[in-house]
Amino acid sequence: MSRNQDAVIPGEPLAGPILRFDGVGMRYGRAPEVLKDVSFDLAAGSFHFLTGASGAGKSSLLKLIYLAERPSRGTIEMFGRDVESVHPADRPFLRRRIGVVFQEFRLLEHLSAFDNVALPLRIAGQKPDHYRADIAELLAWVGLKDRMHALPPTLSGGEKQRLAIARAVVNRPDILLADEPTGNVDDAHAIRILKLFVELNRLGTTVLIASHDEDLVARSGQPVLHLDRGKLTMYGRGVGERAG
Amino acid sequence: MSEMFDARRWKPAPLLPRRDPRDGSLVFVVAVLCFLACLTAIGALAADRAAHGWTSQLTGSATIVVRASGNETPDAAAGRAAETLAGVKGVAEARALERAKAEALLEPWLGREALLDDLPIPRLVTVDLDPRAPASALALDKALKAAGLDATVDDHSLWIADIERGAAIARWAGLAVFLLIASAAAAVIGFATRAAMAAHRETIEVLHLSGAQQKFVVSLFQNRFAKAAALAGLFGTAGAASIGALARLAGGGQGLTPVLPVAWTDLLAIAPTPLLAALVAAIAARVAARGLIGEMA
Repeated sequence: MSRNQDAVIPGEPLAGPILRFDGVGMRYGRAPEVLKDVSFDLAAGSFHFLTGASGAGKSSLLKLIYLAERPSRGTIEMFGRDVESVHPADRPFLRRRIGVVFQEFRLLEHLSAFDNVALPLRIAGQKPDHYRADIAELLAWVGLKDRMHALPPTLSGGEKQRLAIARAVVNRPDILLADEPTGNVDDAHAIRILKLFVELNRLGTTVLIASHDEDLVARSGQPVLHLDRGKLTMYGRGVGERAG
Repeated sequence: MSEMFDARRWKPAPLLPRRDPRDGSLVFVVAVLCFLACLTAIGALAADRAAHGWTSQLTGSATIVVRASGNETPDAAAGRAAETLAGVKGVAEARALERAKAEALLEPWLGREALLDDLPIPRLVTVDLDPRAPASALALDKALKAAGLDATVDDHSLWIADIERGAAIARWAGLAVFLLIASAAAAVIGFATRAAMAAHRETIEVLHLSGAQQKFVVSLFQNRFAKAAALAGLFGTAGAASIGALARLAGGGQGLTPVLPVAWTDLLAIAPTPLLAALVAAIAARVAARGLIGEMA
């Protein structure tokens, strides 16, 4: 095991928040900051929505969490560890603890639904015999029992969304991020997807969903992080009471 | 159709698409490069063998030019020189050439008309040396002087040096061309890897964000291009081996010609080319993939 793997693979339960942003700023290249002085804590097992107008910085904030981008300033702590202190070679182990449902799904189009869901487990080096049954069960759970062999281009928007969710949760991540997961589906599907997230949350996964669907957020009754032009302006209930 | 899917029989599909339209062009270009590299290697080996053959022929013999002195006839002087040299340690055999043979050697330069009977044509003695412990030119010269003969020993050292220099140039030129072709193959594969990675950027990003280590992603491209290059190497080697075999068969016992004697063993020498191509491809793809993933990270 390498230098920091001890710190990035699941171990003892955390005493503090699972995720902490402290004065985080972020910019793309030399452009103005898209996130400014963002500070918040998320408790393990919590469920939050991340809201804000288009361009407010929701996707950028998610990118920081799933380690696709780095902050230009401030500190991000995940699982009790400053992510900047994690060696680049150990970052993949950290990423494996984070499930992501991308806004544009990002399914591999030449792979079947079954193969797409198996992807994180293959990357983690697990043997197919260990997860075949789990994937079949998971696909049935998200309502794709009869579409296991299907290639993504043949799936509907809602099916792709559920497939992307299945792929994000297959290795039981500690944190589940979803970027506009209901943006491409009708209301009935949106409710169904939201129920999936709630069920996952009940199983112990920390969930953070970026959405501009204010009705859905209001109906869910879950706490909210609100971004306005890169600044965190509002907390919902259950969020750490630190100034943004 | 959906009911037919059996999860128990499922096997992981390749993470990169099985077929890529660019693969055909890559295999063709690398096959041509391997073909040229193999032909170069066969040519260099044959040239080296020819040079060694000539060198061993020249080092195994010496030529003595004998001039008559006093009342002794040229033929008698040559005969005495042959007798004297036959007794020198390190000489296997010494033969005096008759006047007719000496004239035949001079005829191309002097013409038939110039070869008058009273022209004092020096006689030649050819000496075959013992290949295990050949006599030196100095030892032959000493023996001739001791016998009171006016003679000059030519141990072919001038020609041997030229041939060895020529052989060395052929060897190094062959190696240089081989390395040049290998570098071109590596550059082509590196370029193809970058193009393929650009085409599969989405796949790479998904793997990367799903927690794939750099070596996992690199190995995908490394293995893919190594396999393609091995296949291309197989085609190129088979083509060059066919040309080599044709040259060997057409040339009979001495290969294409005595100047370029191709041996069956030369064809064995190019057998590892597919493996070498795969190795070059794997390294080129690895370097290109690591660079791109580094940029991405």
